[in-house]
Amino acid sequence: MSRIAEAFARLRAERRAALVPFVTAGDPSPGHTVAMLRALVAGGADVIELGVPFSDPMADGPTIQRSSERALRAGMGLAGVLDAVSAFRREDSRTPVVLMGYANPIERMGAAAFASRAAQAGVDGVLVVDYPPEESGDWASVLAAAGIDPIFLLSPTSSEARIELVSRLASGYIYYVSLKGVTGAAHIDAADVERMLGRIRARTDVPVGVGFGIRDPQTARAIARFADAVVIGSRIVEEIERADPAQAADRAGALLAQFRAGIDAAAGDRAAA
Amino acid sequence: MQMRAKAVESAAPAGYDLPDATGHFGPYGGVFVAETLQAALAELREAYDACRRDPAFQAELADELAHYVGRPSPIYHARRLSQQIGGAQIYLKREDLNHTGAHKVNNTMGQALVARRMGKPRVIAETGAGQHGVATATVAARYGMECVVYMGTEDVKRQAQNVYRMKLLGATVVPVSSGSRTLKDALNEAMRDWVTNVANTFYIIGTVAGPHPYPMMVRDFNAVVGRECLEQMPALAGRQPDVILACVGGGSNAMGIFHPYITTPGVQLVGVEAGGLGLETGKHAATLSAGSPGVLHGNRTYLMQDADGQILETHSISAGLDYPGVGPEHAWLKDSGRASYVSVTDEEALAAFHTLCRTEGIIPALESSHAVAHAMKLARTLPRERILLVNLSGRGDKDMHTVAQASGITF
Repeated sequence: MSRIAEAFARLRAERRAALVPFVTAGDPSPGHTVAMLRALVAGGADVIELGVPFSDPMADGPTIQRSSERALRAGMGLAGVLDAVSAFRREDSRTPVVLMGYANPIERMGAAAFASRAAQAGVDGVLVVDYPPEESGDWASVLAAAGIDPIFLLSPTSSEARIELVSRLASGYIYYVSLKGVTGAAHIDAADVERMLGRIRARTDVPVGVGFGIRDPQTARAIARFADAVVIGSRIVEEIERADPAQAADRAGALLAQFRAGIDAAAGDRAAA
Repeated sequence: MQMRAKAVESAAPAGYDLPDATGHFGPYGGVFVAETLQAALAELREAYDACRRDPAFQAELADELAHYVGRPSPIYHARRLSQQIGGAQIYLKREDLNHTGAHKVNNTMGQALVARRMGKPRVIAETGAGQHGVATATVAARYGMECVVYMGTEDVKRQAQNVYRMKLLGATVVPVSSGSRTLKDALNEAMRDWVTNVANTFYIIGTVAGPHPYPMMVRDFNAVVGRECLEQMPALAGRQPDVILACVGGGSNAMGIFHPYITTPGVQLVGVEAGGLGLETGKHAATLSAGSPGVLHGNRTYLMQDADGQILETHSISAGLDYPGVGPEHAWLKDSGRASYVSVTDEEALAAFHTLCRTEGIIPALESSHAVAHAMKLARTLPRERILLVNLSGRGDKDMHTVAQASGITF
């Protein structure tokens, strides 16, 4: 069983949703990345989405774009991200790490070379924002052969046909983008999200995580009542941006703990329901 | 010569039918976008497909091109320039004489009509030099649509006059200060707007790049240029040209004049990229000449990128060519050998700009000056009976400031 599958099996037994923070690798600097991952685990992360910085992050809002720019300025690149995961794996063999980024750095390295290096580093899943299932070709099978879960997105505008397509290819979890827009946009409507999750679950048993627009522990709690995972991205990246670099990891971890409290409370709500 | 303006109609020349149904030109093109944009692109593909096959749409577009844009644009035999060079004859397809002063309006007019059919009251655009922004603002005013144009802050500075033109036309210009603050960043920002406001918004992309169907649609709307040439050249010169030259940034004017000629034997197609300060300096925008394949802005194509796959900032004296990607169909034409691509430096383009002003009384856009510069080089090596046709894609009024500055003159 993959580390991601194990994590979701464990959480299912606990009747709790996964807390999934997103940070950009190399933000505020490459030297802080392992400490950042450690702090997120301490803050209650069940799975970590680690952003691979890219010069043109088209699907992200200004907060995550700025974090990408900071990381690139500090010298982070795809090879450096894999090194950081390797280093993290030496001290944590349990927390799944999912790389999230754009196609071009992977195209440049080569899909097969990337998959083997990522597997060696201890990466568990990869989400490439601009590799939709139609263009991925054997991307999903290249990853699967390396023991890595291909993670795909679904959105409020996804058709039934696309939900079906993603369901056939996805493993690990499916990332449901809960908003029309870019990362860091406005608040979400929990009822809308719950309806859409019903449509997705009618087609697949793969866990479904929800992200985009979850900016406070109360919203996280509301989503965690029905989602398998709750992704917190821009809000944590904002905290990192505001912090002195030396304290960024601790502040991110402390903020995450508040979201974890919201998610634990949702587990209580589920038990009571 | 009497000729009616022709719209998209049977876009594909016989024997050439790319892109395929999923938007690929060989290994290039495609739909490399996040899930959040998939539904919008599917809706656009369907709408454009319906427009393409609808005679009423074609008739309306043809009418607008004739009476509003001023098509067909003439082809002019630049005799004095040719004589001065003493080699091949240079002909100019005068896209600079269109309403708004460039080929860009062929496409914005077409897309505005598609937007109207889709019932979208708001259009957005990205712009580099400002020509596409002006062409979009123009058609938005013409149809009473709300218009927002994204433009890098660097370009806002160097193209202040075009910013004012867009405002006069009622558009809102949003300066983009992320990344390199140029065209690619404006495109990123426009995509973000689109994904957020897709219900009421149509994104008018200005070049033959982006996700399918944009490279095909923008090409189809600009192919009116090449179709006119196919009819005009025999009447004017007794035959088709030996070589067609056009500047290539994203590549829309080049694709427009190349496409109808792809299956015409004996006609060489030459794209002229921005060599900036020289390819050896790294400060240029010659993507096909010096870049490598990758994925950006929704399609697979040649890119200017570093060893880590990060997109590089480019340089050109002409803002309209200052883009680190290129249309995927050009990538395919290069690999297949049907077209060849060369580059011309800032300095060479400026020299050609001045030469055309003095010999023919035509002030070309700095973008188009790149194509003129290479045509002059090539003409010198060829006998007098050979014919070169240059797409003079735009006029140079917008470049007065840049040219004056390069000559050490301040107003």
